[in-house]
Amino acid sequence: MAELNLVQSINLALAQEMERDDRVMVLGEDVGLNGGVFRVTDGLQKRFGEDRVVDTPLAESGILGTSIGLAINGMLPVPEIQFEGFLGPAYDQIVHHAGRMRNRTRGAVTVPLTVRVPVGGGIHAPELHSDSPEAIYSHHVGIKVVMPSTPYDAKGLLLAAIRDPDPVIFFEPKRVYRSYKEHVPEDDYTVEIGEAKVLSEGEDVTVITWGATVFQALAALDELPEDVSVELIDMRTIYPMDEDTIVESVQKTGRCVIVHEAARTAGMGAEIATILQEKCFLHLEAPVQRVTGFDTVMPYYKLENHYLPEAPRIKEAIEQVLAY
Amino acid sequence: MPRTVAYKTQIQHLSVLDENGKLDSKLGKDLLSDEQVQQSYEHMTVCRQYDEVAFKLQRSGRMGTFPQNKGQEAAAIGSALAARKGQDWLVPAYRENAALFMHGLPMHSVLTYWMGDERGSQIPEGVKITPLSVPIGTHMLHATGIAWAAKMRKEDSVTLTYFGDGATSEGDFHEAANFAGVLQVPCIFICQNNSWAISVPREKQTASETFAQKALAYGIPTIQVDGNDLFAMYLATKEAHDRARKGEGPTFIEAVTYRLADHTTADDASRYRDTSELDAWKAKDPLIRLRKYLENKGLWDDEKQEALEAKAKAIVQEVVKTAEEMPKPDVTDIFDYTFAEIPESLRVQRDTMRTTSLGQNPDQAGLGARAAR
Ligand SMILES: Cc1ncc(C[n+]2csc(CCOP(=O)(O)OP(=O)(O)O)c2C)c(N)n1
Ligand SMILES: [Mg+2]
Repeated sequence: MAELNLVQSINLALAQEMERDDRVMVLGEDVGLNGGVFRVTDGLQKRFGEDRVVDTPLAESGILGTSIGLAINGMLPVPEIQFEGFLGPAYDQIVHHAGRMRNRTRGAVTVPLTVRVPVGGGIHAPELHSDSPEAIYSHHVGIKVVMPSTPYDAKGLLLAAIRDPDPVIFFEPKRVYRSYKEHVPEDDYTVEIGEAKVLSEGEDVTVITWGATVFQALAALDELPEDVSVELIDMRTIYPMDEDTIVESVQKTGRCVIVHEAARTAGMGAEIATILQEKCFLHLEAPVQRVTGFDTVMPYYKLENHYLPEAPRIKEAIEQVLAY
Repeated sequence: MPRTVAYKTQIQHLSVLDENGKLDSKLGKDLLSDEQVQQSYEHMTVCRQYDEVAFKLQRSGRMGTFPQNKGQEAAAIGSALAARKGQDWLVPAYRENAALFMHGLPMHSVLTYWMGDERGSQIPEGVKITPLSVPIGTHMLHATGIAWAAKMRKEDSVTLTYFGDGATSEGDFHEAANFAGVLQVPCIFICQNNSWAISVPREKQTASETFAQKALAYGIPTIQVDGNDLFAMYLATKEAHDRARKGEGPTFIEAVTYRLADHTTADDASRYRDTSELDAWKAKDPLIRLRKYLENKGLWDDEKQEALEAKAKAIVQEVVKTAEEMPKPDVTDIFDYTFAEIPESLRVQRDTMRTTSLGQNPDQAGLGARAAR
């Protein structure tokens, strides 16, 4: 068992799955010789050749659209979009083709592809390199949306995604690409899509989050008094959502804080809060709170930390729901 | 005749000043005055210094990711020289700083921008430049639209847009060119073919022999130009500009140049690019050949060079100072420029810096009602 960071574990998962199944292909901008701008695909072209690890022309609609064709005709494409901000040109292909194909053909044509996308802020990146669009793609139909925060989950979820018969967007929180290492087994294993993980069990309040803010939430927990008992949940999959885990938790604690980087309005926090008021109504002791990005542009990096839901804002919200 | 030729054409390649600084006597005659050439050389040198200093700022942690422009100065300046400051529009990507400075963008703005501050894109009044564009290949549509508006409003204004070789692979490029051709708008498409799109070489970007020929499909006059040749870039752009002003529509210019630096400061080109290729292009550096030209004409010597280098250093030092001494941006800027008039819910977020109802206004979260219950 090796200690790997997120980048290394994703790289390992890709390599192992390419080894196991020769239908798997990696394609995207700079994914070949350069190994991707974050080096996630490092070494794969050398190992599996230029036919299976392909530097494409600079065209996101092209990458996604041809991946759909590849998937329809028997390949298992794992396209990379360099940053979430560049999903824009591919939007039509993902939303209007990949997500709808199974339903509109009543199952005759399917699109098993996994698009990998670095996501989120906090790395002092250029403009349009720090957004969090997970709610947009969860709102659209027919697409599974996952966002692991840890190396172990990343490998297991990626293998599950590639083997899934439907399109999956695999968001990789770039802020924690290299900041956290853990043991990642060499063995083949999957983490089921649609299963949240309870990171710490608690009685007083539930904190629900995913992606890089998991680590901000952990930092907030460290700052709370010893006697405060927090149940921290990492959603891991954004859609389809693990309602059972969050409902069970909030029925127990009666209080909930949801944390995400994306803007508040029509963010996933809104969806989760609604589920909780529907299914935990008589258990709630306080209004469900959303600690999120503001309803603004994700600011360029001089101001990005004011936008991001950092630990102090999370801690304050926890204290407020507890005091309510 | 069942098979006839439906369409036939050629792509011209234009070069006026060769690598050794020798000017084509016919094409180069009276093209640019000695003063213009000298000023261009000086501006190029200042921009090169700017580029080097920006690189160092990034390396020393004083600036974020920066895309060096090194090697592409002639393409930017030669084309911008044919356009009229404050009258014609420039719609840039990010590798033509020299053109933007010529057309009135303050030099510190580009540093401010890459220092992570939107105020770098706060274009001063009267400067006809759109902000640097991050999503590759998307901004040329704006150029077509700006040129279209000029046509609608019967303005004497031409729009120049800059983009890379990689950008021609995006669908939006083709839409921009097609609209421009159909609508016959006064727009000049300047493709800076620097051989690379990050690590992807030109051969993997397109199976076309030239980028220039892509414009043929849209009925746009097109030419390939030595992009490291100030004179050729000026001549091609001038011709395009004249045509545009006469109502003869858009032109495409492929500027064949080379990215002498890494893609950005976040990149390491040695991973994918042969140093032999780089070295060959270093010999074609636009600065070297322009200096040779000026020297051959007796307009330049070591003394002038030394003085210029000292001047360039001083100018850039001052620019860096301006950028670094800017007061911190106000956090409220995040909110205040979202709409002309701020929506109420956003105003509350702005004033409280909170997205939670309890953080924004505890009284409204039902606490009072609860107490009464
Ligand atoms: C839509 C989009 N996709 C991907 C990127 C990431 N990216 C930034 S620059 C670049 C290469 C651009 O190449 P080219 O158009 O040739 O311009 P150059 O950088 O060589 O000047 C890529 C892929 C981006 N900024 N926007
Ligand atoms: Mg290029």
